[in-house]
Amino acid sequence: MTDEQIAYLTIETDTSSTPAIAKVRCTGAWIVQRIAQLEHRLEAISWLTEKDLVIDGTGITALDTSGAWLLHRIIRELEQRGQNVVINGLRPEFGALLQLIASCTMVPEPPPPATPNLLTIIGQKSWSGMLGGYGMLSFVGECALILLRSLIQPRRIRWRPILHNLQTAGFEALPIVGLLSFLMGIVISYQGADQLQRFGANIFIADLVGLSMLRELSPLLTAIIVAGRSGSAYAAQIGTMKVTEEIDALRTIGVGPTELLVLPKMLALIIALPLLTLYADVAGVFGGMLMASSKLDVSFAVFLDRLGDAVSLSSFLTGIGKAPVFAAIIALVGCYQGFQVTGSADSVGRQTTVSVVQSIFLVILADALFSVVFNWLKI
Amino acid sequence: MSAAIGQAQNTDAVLDIRGLNSRFGNNVVHDNVSLTVHPGEIFALVGSSGCGKSTMLRTIILLQQPVSGSIRVFGREVLGLNDEEALPLRRRWGVMFERGALFSSITVKENVSMVLREHTRLSAELIDEVAAVKIALTGLPADAGSKYPSELSGGMRKRAALARAIALDPELLFLDEPTAGLDPLSASGIDELVRSLRDALGLTIMMVTHDLDLLWRSADRVAVLGEGHILGVGTMTELSESDHPIIREYFYGPRGRAAREQAWKRK
Repeated sequence: MTDEQIAYLTIETDTSSTPAIAKVRCTGAWIVQRIAQLEHRLEAISWLTEKDLVIDGTGITALDTSGAWLLHRIIRELEQRGQNVVINGLRPEFGALLQLIASCTMVPEPPPPATPNLLTIIGQKSWSGMLGGYGMLSFVGECALILLRSLIQPRRIRWRPILHNLQTAGFEALPIVGLLSFLMGIVISYQGADQLQRFGANIFIADLVGLSMLRELSPLLTAIIVAGRSGSAYAAQIGTMKVTEEIDALRTIGVGPTELLVLPKMLALIIALPLLTLYADVAGVFGGMLMASSKLDVSFAVFLDRLGDAVSLSSFLTGIGKAPVFAAIIALVGCYQGFQVTGSADSVGRQTTVSVVQSIFLVILADALFSVVFNWLKI
Repeated sequence: MSAAIGQAQNTDAVLDIRGLNSRFGNNVVHDNVSLTVHPGEIFALVGSSGCGKSTMLRTIILLQQPVSGSIRVFGREVLGLNDEEALPLRRRWGVMFERGALFSSITVKENVSMVLREHTRLSAELIDEVAAVKIALTGLPADAGSKYPSELSGGMRKRAALARAIALDPELLFLDEPTAGLDPLSASGIDELVRSLRDALGLTIMMVTHDLDLLWRSADRVAVLGEGHILGVGTMTELSESDHPIIREYFYGPRGRAAREQAWKRK
């Protein structure tokens, strides 16, 4: 970058003529990559106070819109101070550009709205929270109605997407669900082994692993994995379809988006999640059993024998029975958040995050409610 | 060197494509295509849908790799450059995508000022003002700057995309279907905008378009792409006298004829 390429500005007073003429000499390339230094210098410059000023543009070798804007701004500031500005020596094409920029009158932007006070924020948050809850409730209601209609007229059920969803949300989740429950079984058994050994109660490892896995951990673990895997996918898919107006297209050809998109996902998940939970039960118990035989010398046969006594049928069923409820929560929240997407790619990401957080939160909340109710019913 | 007008413009071509071959799988898109775009001209690439116009554009702006060939932009070979080497070139050209490709999570003004923020050392205040000037230059109302792209109509989105494309005062501007999907009024607004930008800023413009009116009104030279080859290059008047069957079909279809008559009437 040589000096003559950088935009430059010098101020001089020509005393040879009377009255003295104040001159602002502009030189160099007034282009976007070359005006940064000039802009910083301008703040420190002391302008002449003469009534008449001449801006000499002979030395300007190049001018683009950014440079023209800077020049325009300088002229405007001088004129606002009541000085008469004459521009000299500017090449005709530069003059035209300067005219064009000057004609882009800038309307000052409206000031940003004042930051609301705390009370307003609380009010707005609770209002939008209420609207969200209301929206969610009406969505659940709509889905329930359509489910009911489909059950009355089974012809309306779309089997192909259900089977497809069974494969993606159910079958394809088998490896990760199996692995995680197996590891969970090992962890519980490992943690419990030490304590039980101390009391010589080795055999009760079957009670510990069996009850905790079957009643609580495997339904919860499976639901959380599925919420992360499939709930987010539902939100992203429906959200993207909303952005590309596919949802609107469905409505116009007379196919309800709920019937086509939500119902198959929900039904498939209601079928898949209990099965996945059962699979997680098996994997978890197997993990625990493996650990029990290696750390506590409880053989497989003894472990399984004890397991049958320790875990009643009702314990097993309460675990499995929670799964369809969790499935409905995950599918409904995922789809609902997908429908909440508005306009942009950013929004798809935000609603997907919300869907995962909300469905995991609601699943755990539902689990807590189940515990209270089961305890109350003494199951 | 810069885009600015008045600088000594060398006689070399701004864009020079030699022997470009590209294909998707077994499907040959360009078969030994050569093209030259001169400084300061509005050059249009036309052809039926799927003939590889957009692929050509994407290849020139380094979004796609051809099989073989040479593309020189500002006299510099661009094929085989990595991102770092391509950066100085990318600062000298602006691209307006067919559907705008505005960043949807920030406002129009931020879309424009982001480019300036990334590539210049101007103060935030000046950047804001320059961004507002660019938005005004493209004919958008002042309040459009604070809107998000999703709140704009199709025509306004195109203008906003153009404002972002000229943010750095590029020497070369690529426009992909600048008028597609616009009503006639907005489309003729874009025609005028393209020409006035060229006249005011001395840009070289290369555009891909289907719009025959835009071609008659704005393009200095036009190349017709078809069957993987350049079927003809010239002014619209020259091309309309061509006797190549595909070119004739293109210009003498019912719409082509109407646009031509319009153009004659204007003259």
